[in-house]
Amino acid sequence: MQSLGRHAPFRRDPAPSRWAYRMQRLWLTPLFRVLFRVGLPAFVLAMVVGLVLMDQGRRDAISGGIAHITEQFQSRPEFRVNVMAIEGASPDLADALRARLDVKLPASSFDLDLDALRAKAQQFDAIASAELRLRSGGVLQVVVKEREPMLIWRVSDDRLEMLDASGHRVAALASRADRPDLPLIAGEGADVAAAEALALIDAAGPLLPRMRGLVRQSERRWDMVLDRDQRILLPAENPVQALEALLALNTADDLLTRDITVIDLRLGARPVLRLAPHALVEARRARGLAEPKPTESDL
Amino acid sequence: MTDLYQTQRAMRALRRAAIQRGVVAILDVGTSKIACLVLRFDGYESQADSEGVGPMAGQSTFRVIGAATTRSRGVRFGEIAVMNETERAIRTAVQAAQKMANVRVDHVIACFSGAEPRSYGLAGEWELQDSVVTEQDVARVLAACDVPPLGDGREVLHAQPVNFALDHRTGLGDPRGQMGNRLACDMHLLSVDQSVIQNLLYCINRCDLELAGIASSAYVAGIASLVEDEQELGAACIDMGGGSTGISIFMKKHMIYADAVRMGGDHVTSDISKGLQVPMAVAERIKTKHGGVHATGMDDRDMIEMGGDSGDWEKDRRQVSRTELIGIMRPRVEEILEEVRSRLDAAGFDTLPSQQIVLTGGTSQIPGLDGLASRILGSRVRMGRPLRVQGLPQAASGAAFSSAVGLCLFAAHPQDEWWDFDIPTERYPARSLKRALRWFKDNW
Repeated sequence: MQSLGRHAPFRRDPAPSRWAYRMQRLWLTPLFRVLFRVGLPAFVLAMVVGLVLMDQGRRDAISGGIAHITEQFQSRPEFRVNVMAIEGASPDLADALRARLDVKLPASSFDLDLDALRAKAQQFDAIASAELRLRSGGVLQVVVKEREPMLIWRVSDDRLEMLDASGHRVAALASRADRPDLPLIAGEGADVAAAEALALIDAAGPLLPRMRGLVRQSERRWDMVLDRDQRILLPAENPVQALEALLALNTADDLLTRDITVIDLRLGARPVLRLAPHALVEARRARGLAEPKPTESDL
Repeated sequence: MTDLYQTQRAMRALRRAAIQRGVVAILDVGTSKIACLVLRFDGYESQADSEGVGPMAGQSTFRVIGAATTRSRGVRFGEIAVMNETERAIRTAVQAAQKMANVRVDHVIACFSGAEPRSYGLAGEWELQDSVVTEQDVARVLAACDVPPLGDGREVLHAQPVNFALDHRTGLGDPRGQMGNRLACDMHLLSVDQSVIQNLLYCINRCDLELAGIASSAYVAGIASLVEDEQELGAACIDMGGGSTGISIFMKKHMIYADAVRMGGDHVTSDISKGLQVPMAVAERIKTKHGGVHATGMDDRDMIEMGGDSGDWEKDRRQVSRTELIGIMRPRVEEILEEVRSRLDAAGFDTLPSQQIVLTGGTSQIPGLDGLASRILGSRVRMGRPLRVQGLPQAASGAAFSSAVGLCLFAAHPQDEWWDFDIPTERYPARSLKRALRWFKDNW
C-alpha cells in the first residue's frame, strides 16, 4: 500500500550525462573557446561575404553603386569650381599660365589636384612661387609671385636672357634695347654669380653711365667693361672692395679718363695699368727714352 | 615486475607532463564521498630542503583552485562495486571541480582505501665494485631485494626504499657518493588487489581522464594529518572512512606499514538503520547530528525524533533517546577500534619508540571518540585534521578530507619510489640503445 503522505520525490540523477560532461570539458578547452568565440563568427562573416560576392553581376552592382554615389556627391553644386582667378601675374604670364594649367572649368573640386597644378605652375621660370586655393563661391585662386628681372645675361651672341637677383632665368629677351634699364652681364657661369654682379653694379656708382657690362672670366672673376674699350679686371675675392678702392683712386687722380686700356686689380697689392699704344709712346718720349718697337703682343 | 615498473614509470611521466601543464586533479574515491580537487602548480621549487635519495619525481608548489565533493555511489569497502554508478559520481565531482576552477583537467591522481593492502618489508644487499656508491649501485641494491610471493592477482602499489645501510652504518637517507664496501637497503612494499586498480583505471578512463598517479589512502592520510615530528619519531595514522579504516605507520618520514580494516562509518549507519528501523538516509542524519560514544545521564532525556513517511502515525512519531543511539553505535565503533588494535599489534607498533596515534577521517568526528580510542589503542591518541594547503575551501578542510589533502601533498612532493630509480644496466633489453649508452658511461 502506498503512503498517502509525502511521496518520495523523483530524484533526478545529479550526474551529468556523458555528452554533457564532454561538452563542458570541450568548452573549457582554451583553444576551442577562442575558436568558437572568434574563429566561428569570423568564418561565418567571411562565408557570407564570399557567397554574396561570388556573383560577378552583384560585384559590379556594388562597385557601380559606390561609384555612382561618389560621383553624385562630388558633382553637387557646392563643390563646383567655375572660375580660375590668377593674381600677381602680368597679363601675358597669366594667359600662359592658364594655357599651361589647362583646367577644364567648371569642374568638381574633388577632381582638382591642387598639388599637381601647383607643381605645374612652378615650372614657369618667371614664377617664383605659386599658391593655389579653393575659395568659396567656386573660385580657384592662383596667387603668383613673379620673378623680378634684375640682369640681362648675354648667353651667346644672339641670345639674351633676363635673370632675377638670385640668377634664376626669368625670360628670354629679343634685344638689348627692349630693357635698356637693366645692366648687362656676359660670360659662361655668369648667372651663378648674379648676386656678386649686382653688388658690383651697386658699388660702381659714378661709373654706371660709362659701364657697358660685366664679363665673367673663367667662371671665377669679373671684368668690368667700360666704354672706350676700357676694362677693369677685378679679383676673384673681394671684388667690391677692389672696385671701391679704384673709385677712390679715380676721384683723386681721374684715372679712368686717361688713355688706359686695362686696369688690372687682380693682385690687390699691385694694381697694373696698361696704356694705349699711343699713350705708351708718348710717355716714353716724355721720359727721353728710345722709342720702342711696336709689338703685336703684350708678352 | 617489469611491466609494473613500466606502468608506474608511465604514470610518473604523465604526472610530470601534468605538472608542466600546470593543472592536475586529485580524486579521492571513498565509500561515502568522492572528493575532487583541482590543483594549479606554480613551478618547481628549490630542492634544497628535501631529504632522501633525492627528489627524482620532482617537487612543486601548488594551489587548490577547484574543489567539489559528491555522494559516492557504487563503492563498497573502498572498492568499486558498480562501475557505472561510480563513473557517474566521478563525473559529477570532476565536472563541478572543473567548473569552479574554470579549467579543463586531463590528468588525475587518485587514491582509494580498500583492496586489502598488505605490507612487506624487503631487504637487499649489494657488494660495491669500486667502493663509491653510484646511482647504478643504488639501482642494483634495489633490484637485489627479494620480492616475496605477492599472491595471485596482486599488484604493487607502493615500493619505497626506507633505509640504506653502508657497511655497519645504517639510517642513511642518500648513500650516493659515500665510501663503503657493502650497500644494503630496506624497502617497504605495499601490494593491493589488481582488479581494484583496474576497475578504478577503467572508471577514470571512461571519464576521458588519464591516471597520472595512484596511492593508498591510508598512506596519503598519514602524510596529511601527521605532523613532521610524528612522522619522524614514529606514529600511526588511523583513517576512519566510510567503508574501511586505513592504518598507516610512519617512521623516519617513511611509511613502514599499512593495512586496512574493512569496517567504517557506513557500518555504524547500517547498525542504526537496522536497530531503529529507519532508512539509511535518516540513520545517517541521526548519526551525524546526535551520535556519540559516551552516554551520560543527560542523554536519557534527550529524545530524538526519527520521522518517517509510512503514513502510520505511530511509526512516524517514534522517538529514541540519545542513550539508545549511543548504545547502538558504541559496540560497532569499539569493534572497529579493537580490530585496528589487533592490526597494530600484529605490525609490532608497540615496539616503536613513540606510539602516537592520530585519528582522522570522517568517522573520527564522532563526539567522544578520542576518549574511547585512548582506552582501546593507548593513551597517546589525538584527533588529526589535514594540513592546511593554499586555496583549500573551508568546507574541505575537515578531518574527512585528510586523504584528499594528503593526495595533494603526494602529488606535489612524491616520495621516491622504486621506479624512480634507474634500472640496472643488465636489466635493459639486450639490444637497447640505452644499454649501449649506459655501457659507455660506465666504462669510459
